[in-house]
Amino acid sequence: MDDFLWRALAAGIVVAVLSGLLGSFVVWRRLAYFGDTLAHAALLGVAVGVIAGFDVTIGVVAVCAAVAVLLVFLSEGRRFSSDTVLGILSHGTLAIGLLAVAATEGPRVDLAAYLFGDILAVTMDDLLAVYALGGAVLAVLALLWRPLLAVTVHEEVARVEGIPVRAVGIGFMVLMAATVALAMKVVGILLVTALLIVPAAAARRFARTPEAMAVLAAAAGAVAVVGGLSGSLAFDLPSGPAIVVAALVLFAVSAGVTAFKPR
Amino acid sequence: MLEVSSPSLLVEANDVSVDLGKNRIVSNVSMSVGPGEVVALIGPNGAGKTSMVRVLLGLLPPNRGTVRRRPGLKVGYMPQRMTIDPAMPLTVERLLRLAIPSGVDVAVRLQAALDEVGAGHLAKEAVQELSGGELQRVLLARAIIREPDLLVLDEPVQGVDVAGQVELYALIARIRERRRCGVLVVSHDLHLVMAATDRVICLNHHVCCAGHPEAVSRDPAFVALFGPQAAAAFAIYHHHHDHHHDAHGDVVPLATKTGTIAHG
Repeated sequence: MDDFLWRALAAGIVVAVLSGLLGSFVVWRRLAYFGDTLAHAALLGVAVGVIAGFDVTIGVVAVCAAVAVLLVFLSEGRRFSSDTVLGILSHGTLAIGLLAVAATEGPRVDLAAYLFGDILAVTMDDLLAVYALGGAVLAVLALLWRPLLAVTVHEEVARVEGIPVRAVGIGFMVLMAATVALAMKVVGILLVTALLIVPAAAARRFARTPEAMAVLAAAAGAVAVVGGLSGSLAFDLPSGPAIVVAALVLFAVSAGVTAFKPR
Repeated sequence: MLEVSSPSLLVEANDVSVDLGKNRIVSNVSMSVGPGEVVALIGPNGAGKTSMVRVLLGLLPPNRGTVRRRPGLKVGYMPQRMTIDPAMPLTVERLLRLAIPSGVDVAVRLQAALDEVGAGHLAKEAVQELSGGELQRVLLARAIIREPDLLVLDEPVQGVDVAGQVELYALIARIRERRRCGVLVVSHDLHLVMAATDRVICLNHHVCCAGHPEAVSRDPAFVALFGPQAAAAFAIYHHHHDHHHDAHGDVVPLATKTGTIAHG
């Protein structure tokens, strides 16, 4: 097996695990559209990174985190539903991102690679960045897990019981931003949300506790990466969509099992 | 109803007003809850009860007035609703574990809290599959497992049938007896609340009247707010509860805690 494939697997599995853990919260808190918004904002992050001359991942994390925090404050106003606010941010950042990418000189940004993912092009440096950032996300998530779960169950009760709800929310947003930046490398901007929610949705029926669902989602994501990359290699298919389709197969199997084995 | 400010009070609101848009939903309300005291906040729908509770809990900053909570006050809060998204797998046990720090005796405390509310058999159940009454009991257990100084119950009998309501209020009274915590209970249901309460505050944006349940039920402001029929129904209800019949059918007055109810 070639080196590039090992690197792709090593990066993909870490990203899938993070996506499964964070994605469970996305499903529980109904944040699928929010995931999409961050993914779209990521393109603006790419352009910012390229134009400013620093690493693209840093640009993506910074822009996604800024959009996420902006969203926390915007959604506290009551004039528009969060749906509308998300739509404005999602497509606004996407349009600005596309303009910014066009403004950078031609070959410096390979738009297709960001939109559709290019995991087979992961370099050793990329891999190190994935492990460093991924490790940081895991560590912070471990610290935030309990309060985040409490806020997800009932925000006001959590607040009454002394959980710093806003700080926890901002922490979660930053974790999401980092995860989206990583997932973008694997499945591309257009399919980031799928990697977040499809494995988590597939895991739901087999779990009795939130922790079990998150772990199963992480495992399902890893299986989808292995399956998708194998399919991509065997049939010469683009890797990002192949991974998402593999996750969809897992979801279909999960739904099928549920249909034949009523709880 | 101005209270004397006292350091022993668990929570105290002074002259609190809350505006919702252009409407003043709570107007110049002062109230307090002391240790071991059961206070009921009653009033019609839309009277500002929930807003007032949110102010007392620190969830909603008042537009005017001040709120003081005793430093280090531990609150057990049972919200009006707790809807857990069906996408989240959550057992009763896990829900309760989230309410307390993990430790060696967690399993014991958990079972004790569930047993206390008569929900010991529900520990392994999925929260989403509980009936309305079962969920209320579990939420009550969730509130008391934290060993709170103040128990705040917002419409605790919603979605519970009448027999279950009576039972739930009896349960709240038992919890107060056993744990000596202050209780603030919100309801638009006069009957049940009054039977188990030390003090009633009748709210219709402002405090209409306040005091001992019997006195409040005869207050003209109360009668005006709820209508003579409701007030009369309440009086009849209470007559059923301040005496019982002995083996010969003679009326035997019950000894009441406050001793202020004259049967007649």
